[in-house]
Amino acid sequence: MAPVATPFFFYLLSGLALISGILVITRRNPVHSALALILTLLALAGIYLMLYAPFVAGVQIILYAGGIMVLFLFVIMLVNVGRAEKERQFNKQWLLAIAATVGLGIVFVRVFTSSQTLTELLKRPLAQLPETSNTQQVGFSLYGQYMLAFEIASLLLLVAIVGAVVMAKKRI
Amino acid sequence: MVPITPIHYLILAAALFTLGTIGVLTRRNVVIVLMSIELILNAVNLNLVAFSRMWGLQGQVFAIFVITDAAAEAAVGLGILIAFFRNKETVNVDEVDLLKW
Repeated sequence: MAPVATPFFFYLLSGLALISGILVITRRNPVHSALALILTLLALAGIYLMLYAPFVAGVQIILYAGGIMVLFLFVIMLVNVGRAEKERQFNKQWLLAIAATVGLGIVFVRVFTSSQTLTELLKRPLAQLPETSNTQQVGFSLYGQYMLAFEIASLLLLVAIVGAVVMAKKRI
Repeated sequence: MVPITPIHYLILAAALFTLGTIGVLTRRNVVIVLMSIELILNAVNLNLVAFSRMWGLQGQVFAIFVITDAAAEAAVGLGILIAFFRNKETVNVDEVDLLKW
């Protein structure tokens, strides 16, 4: 099925993602930042849907917006953020940091718009992605070609769980 | 309207990456620094999925691995934050100087 009104939805979702991204890094209250980050994640999930990646969009919503952000909100409730809200929010080198990072962003955009190699690469026609069996194909890749990486990822998660418990426990 | 090309997605990802880097470098609250790291990882994911539009499914599989990494990183980072808060009663990064010589 041909996509409908792609530019409209792209600009809507990317504007939403950028505005809530700015809110994430400027709010004083971490809970407000977390809620803005959830909005960014949902907008990005919409963009993944536009890019024919429904499985990644679902994982983004369930795992990121549903799992990781709940973890963040729990930790915000556990640590006492009341005192930090009354203090200075930005550190001493904020001006230098913003200048350097904006310079980096300009370099990114210059490279994307003027690089010959990248232009040649992006001229490639779009791949024929499966629209109805996306989850199935991703599953075949995960359990076939990327079997070893998948197992290593499970080991990484196990180590992270043990590490988080050890770190957060008062007395082991 | 101009049709949306892969360059549009790359520039959006670069903007999100820049926002996340600004958050990491300028904020004092550790929780918001960790959230900015999530923004950076999402920018990378957007790049991977945008390239997978042209090269096939491998980019989407890599995006799932990046999400797994983000979950592990958030769990360990927040565990460290809780341990740190228990010792020093603060969540400001510039007061984390126990290892400073």
